[in-house]
Amino acid sequence: MKDFEYFPASSLQEACSLISQYKEVGKILAGGQSLITLLRQKLISPTCLIDIKGLKELDYIEFDKKNGLRIGALTTHRAIEKSPVIQDKYNVLSEMEKSVASVQTRNWGTIGGNLCSADPIGDPAPSLIALGAKLKLVSAKGERVVALEDFFTDYFTTIIEPDEILAEIQIPPPAPNTGVEYMKFSTIEAGIKIVSTSVSITLEPGSDTCKDAKIVMSAVAPIPLNTKKAAGLLKGKKLTDNLIEEAAQMASTETDPTSDVHASAEYRKELVKVLVKRATKQAFEKAKKA
Amino acid sequence: MEGSKKMIKVKVNGKLYELLIKPKITLLQLLRNELGLTGTKQACMDNSCGACTVIVDKMAIKSCSVLAMQVNGKEVTSVEGLASEDGKLTPLQEAFLEFSAFQCGFCTPGKLMSSTAMLEEMPDPTEEDVRRDMEGNLCRCTGYKQYLAAIMHVVQKRKEGSK
Repeated sequence: MKDFEYFPASSLQEACSLISQYKEVGKILAGGQSLITLLRQKLISPTCLIDIKGLKELDYIEFDKKNGLRIGALTTHRAIEKSPVIQDKYNVLSEMEKSVASVQTRNWGTIGGNLCSADPIGDPAPSLIALGAKLKLVSAKGERVVALEDFFTDYFTTIIEPDEILAEIQIPPPAPNTGVEYMKFSTIEAGIKIVSTSVSITLEPGSDTCKDAKIVMSAVAPIPLNTKKAAGLLKGKKLTDNLIEEAAQMASTETDPTSDVHASAEYRKELVKVLVKRATKQAFEKAKKA
Repeated sequence: MEGSKKMIKVKVNGKLYELLIKPKITLLQLLRNELGLTGTKQACMDNSCGACTVIVDKMAIKSCSVLAMQVNGKEVTSVEGLASEDGKLTPLQEAFLEFSAFQCGFCTPGKLMSSTAMLEEMPDPTEEDVRRDMEGNLCRCTGYKQYLAAIMHVVQKRKEGSK
């Protein structure tokens, strides 16, 4: 690992001012569960790290019926997994978090760090996109709110400006008549996900007609993939096994996976068909009961 | 930039240290190289295997992937800090011995730290809970059954003791 200067920020304001000063050479350090490995492998070599992990002001989970859920960017994966309000109102998030890396990584790693590292195999992004999450980005100049689905641009790349810090994840109140399901495929429980998908289905009240749908996947494209054509097939139609099958086939054609040691691209495309079909059916069942 | 050394204060196994170190030093390097606590093992170095697991403020974490700077002001327990000063082992350590819950032993310190933190957090885990919680600790000799039995033995004894 190359040497770097280290600045622990004592407030978000101080962190913003430090990163605006060092934006050319610096990186923000949260839990470091991705960053430290990247530094060690010399894939990146910033000459200064601004440590925000200790900022209590960005470590919170708050819910109210009107505005929904707000998660501070420095909330750990473990805190999200264990949060009673998330288990109750956004169960898909706590279920998804259970399979993020290992307990040790979830204890120290933060949701904000995970999103900003923009690894396309990351689990949280697809579930959060399916839930309609937005991000609050702050800098010394002000703040802006962006949709998470517009956040990622390429492998490990986002629209975040070098002087911006992700402060908060905002999730709208649970939509009525909606079911959300997370499913993954990995060869071993704690292993790298070969494919994972999060599907959200909203039904017209009291019917099997799909009002809204989102099908989002990880590990099948350079970014968390929102397969809009597949979701479009479902919208406005009565959900049947045949239609769901058709959407799953479509989702597979929208993916652009790569081959690696874990699975070939062809295999991933096949898995997408199976997982999307299963997850959509589950989300549909959940929506009927919602 | 040269990575100017910074002062940190950290309590390790009950003892307070003040150290002037480079920011790039990981907690793992701090324990092994600066403090000579080599019970914590260095293996994959990419946050995968769990051999370097220690407890920071009651949570199991992987010390290869945390900068020493980030534990400034915190309390760290490594495997050397489990047994009491007179050498009395913890129930988990006893059970690991009794069940031979190791082959080469390289993953054992990490497994002890993870299971110690887990039993602090969950008083009465099921076997499924234990399997799930311990999934971040790999054993390349594949001695998984023995340590699962050892942990469940401690859970069972604790239950009997509390009756």
